[in-house]
Amino acid sequence: MEIPRHWRLRKQRYGLVGEVCPHCEAKIFPPRDVCPDCGKEAKTKFSFSGQGEVYSYTTIYNAPSGFEANVPYTVALVKLEEGPLVTAQLTDVAEEEVEIGMPVEMVTRRLHQDGDERGLLVYGYKFRPIGFAAH
Amino acid sequence: MNNNIVIAGIGQTAVGEHWKTSLRELAHYALEDAIKDAGGLRPQALFVANMLAPNLSKQSHLGALIADFSGFVGIEAVTVEAAGASGGAALRQGYLAVLSGMVDVALVVGVEKFTDVVDAGTETALATTLDSDFEAVQGVTPTSQAALLMRRYMHEFNVPADGLAGFPVTAHANGAGNPNAMFRRAIKAETYARAGMVSEPLNMFDAAPNADGAAAVILTRADLLPPNFPHPLVRISGSASASDLLALHDRPDPLTFPAARRSVETALEKAGLTREQIDFFEYHDAFSIYAALSLEAAGFAERGRGWELARDGVIALNGKLPCATMGGLKARGNPGGATGVYQAVEAAAQLRGGGGANQVAGARYAMIQSLGGPAATAVTHVLERVEIGE
Amino acid sequence: MTPKNETLLIPSRPVGIIGYGAYVPRYRLPATEVARIWKGGKGGLPIKEKSVPGLDEDVVTMSIEAARNALARAQIDASDLRAVWVGSESHPYAVKPTSTIVAEAIGAVPSTQAADWEFACKAGTEALVAAMGLVGSEMAEYALAIGMDTAQGRPGDALEYTAGAGGAAYIIGPAEESLAVIEAAYSYVTDTPDFWRRAGAKYPEHGSRFTGEPAYFEHITQAAKALMEASGTTPADYQWAVFHQPNTKFPTRVAKMLGFSKEQIEPGLLVPLIGNTYAGAAIIGLTATLDIARPGDRILVTSFGSGAGSDAFSIRVTDAISERSGRAPKTQEYIARRTEIDYATYVRMRGKITLK
Repeated sequence: MEIPRHWRLRKQRYGLVGEVCPHCEAKIFPPRDVCPDCGKEAKTKFSFSGQGEVYSYTTIYNAPSGFEANVPYTVALVKLEEGPLVTAQLTDVAEEEVEIGMPVEMVTRRLHQDGDERGLLVYGYKFRPIGFAAH
Repeated sequence: MNNNIVIAGIGQTAVGEHWKTSLRELAHYALEDAIKDAGGLRPQALFVANMLAPNLSKQSHLGALIADFSGFVGIEAVTVEAAGASGGAALRQGYLAVLSGMVDVALVVGVEKFTDVVDAGTETALATTLDSDFEAVQGVTPTSQAALLMRRYMHEFNVPADGLAGFPVTAHANGAGNPNAMFRRAIKAETYARAGMVSEPLNMFDAAPNADGAAAVILTRADLLPPNFPHPLVRISGSASASDLLALHDRPDPLTFPAARRSVETALEKAGLTREQIDFFEYHDAFSIYAALSLEAAGFAERGRGWELARDGVIALNGKLPCATMGGLKARGNPGGATGVYQAVEAAAQLRGGGGANQVAGARYAMIQSLGGPAATAVTHVLERVEIGE
Repeated sequence: MTPKNETLLIPSRPVGIIGYGAYVPRYRLPATEVARIWKGGKGGLPIKEKSVPGLDEDVVTMSIEAARNALARAQIDASDLRAVWVGSESHPYAVKPTSTIVAEAIGAVPSTQAADWEFACKAGTEALVAAMGLVGSEMAEYALAIGMDTAQGRPGDALEYTAGAGGAAYIIGPAEESLAVIEAAYSYVTDTPDFWRRAGAKYPEHGSRFTGEPAYFEHITQAAKALMEASGTTPADYQWAVFHQPNTKFPTRVAKMLGFSKEQIEPGLLVPLIGNTYAGAAIIGLTATLDIARPGDRILVTSFGSGAGSDAFSIRVTDAISERSGRAPKTQEYIARRTEIDYATYVRMRGKITLK
């Protein structure tokens, strides 16, 4: 059971909460407490808008354990409008043709379950074609 | 400092699905060959390269296990792990040990046993080499990461759909001449174009097959060898290791391999060579796209043009810069943490003139490069044939 | 409003809806697909099609999106919520609150109440009444009440045609800040076992025709009549009405019984296109009605939950609606976002294929 490590990351996972560098304003996700741009300490929380665009994407047919029930699924590198790239699944892409540059928005979805059907449900960010998040 | 650290012995098993052979047996076969090849030199230290045994074979503590099983109880023995770069990293640890003067003879053995599990366990284990909290949790795997890079690369540099075909075509052509290779049949570019997709746009020929295998080298100082040593010597004249941001999404430019670049530059500098002097390059073609990006990182091609070296035959055995001369990871097979040691064994064989059907004519300098993931770790070595009396 | 009748639920501080948000998953199973598999394509269809959640969706994820929509309309900080309450009959956990996950995801933790409500299809309005009480008593400025379901019907059962997925979230706050004032509520409850699911059972049981007269129609008409009588209103005082909608026929008939026209229930009658969203059914109908309502409009909402009970609400839309309704996706936009699936895909998505 992996309760502690999922619990520890719940803010980042559920709501794309990262950091902003108080020195150079760089937005940081995933949070790392040190600004990758200027190297100074950066622990100020920052909630990302969840808006971004697809930098690259692919489809997974052979999934690791815990993800088999969802194949085939699409994973992507998403360029957030605030700057950082994030690795995430794309969801609700049943009909849209995914393409590089496609605008997407963050939603919170079920990522997988820890172990079998008795295990913890792990929720986290995914992205979907833009148009339905609150505006 | 003594700069005459040589590869005195090499050994390897064939790469493939060794259902009947265990992790420890594979390692033993390879190191037994290497010791024999080195005229029976006994190691004082053992460096085991391995990536996934704690996951796939439920076995860690490989140093003690393999020293024990191979009859070297008592010697210093540790495991070196850097994902796919474990082999190169262990080679460097062996090199540093001998270079330091603390160890006269070091044994480096790379071993990987994929076929102890037969289900989703393999993908799960491979995914542990990613950033677990922010990559693997999304169901991403090393193969899908390579596909993400490949898609972006083809998009940015206008690479045609079959633009990377030259990498597996070259690898398979060379695998045909390597008795230890997993795939020993050449393929045509048309075969590549028709291949089934693994993770679009990455097809089954763009991904090296994970397989079992072990390779070993004996390292020592040239001055410790008897004058009548049975075969030509290969010196490690440059060695360097570098790391990069682990998660792909944390990198300012995911389409470059800066760790690979840094390790190449340092290794060449240590060897006192320029890249133009390198006679052949054993790159880490776990995926075709890695081969392209490695050629660019090493400075053999401009950004976005590495794939042209494959298209234009530059990397063929008779080309200007032969690569994957024994089939590379793609055709020889990809035994995970052992691949870096396979590269050392294959390059040493070439430099000794033992390349057989795949001999690179007149090869004197070789560069070998072992990558962990998309070059989050990059270990580069420059090997050199030592002329008699040198 | 006439002077307060003692059975009416009217808070001492007037309260209203500050923000609302809907959610409907994008997949649709046409009723003809169920009929094709189980009835040889014959027989009447209770609705056109129902919404089906994706493989990665459940009451938690759907509640989060609806809550984010409600927050966007309310323009308040989630940390100002003193309650996050989720009513559902399909909470992903049997034990462990849905509400804490939702509260954490929207940023409402830690100074908040959090609880899951259960009362078949009226769990959502039950939470709504509780939120009225919390704010109306001045214990809290804002409270979030959600009704959301990913209801399941046994394969081949009559419920399989209609058991849909969706719901809505409401932020209750002081009347003067609201986009719609809740003038009064009334609850009518009896022990009427028309539908249930025993602990550990996967699919619910239902009383077939018994769910009609003694359950649905009795409770809804009693609740709506009592509310109107006690508050001195008649159907003519309401521009719109929304009733719990397990199928198209029931709400249409109950509206007629009570004296409401087809036009009055039309904007909130979503069941033909998304199915019965259980705890979400009446209140997602209300979101669609609010989406088109004008300042001054009065809306009657009456839920029904098996087991059994109805909550009725009299709601009056304020000027704030014009500015706020556009701040989040409209319910009809969710309904228009539609991907049709076949029965096999549906069976996979709803976990009806056993992998072990």
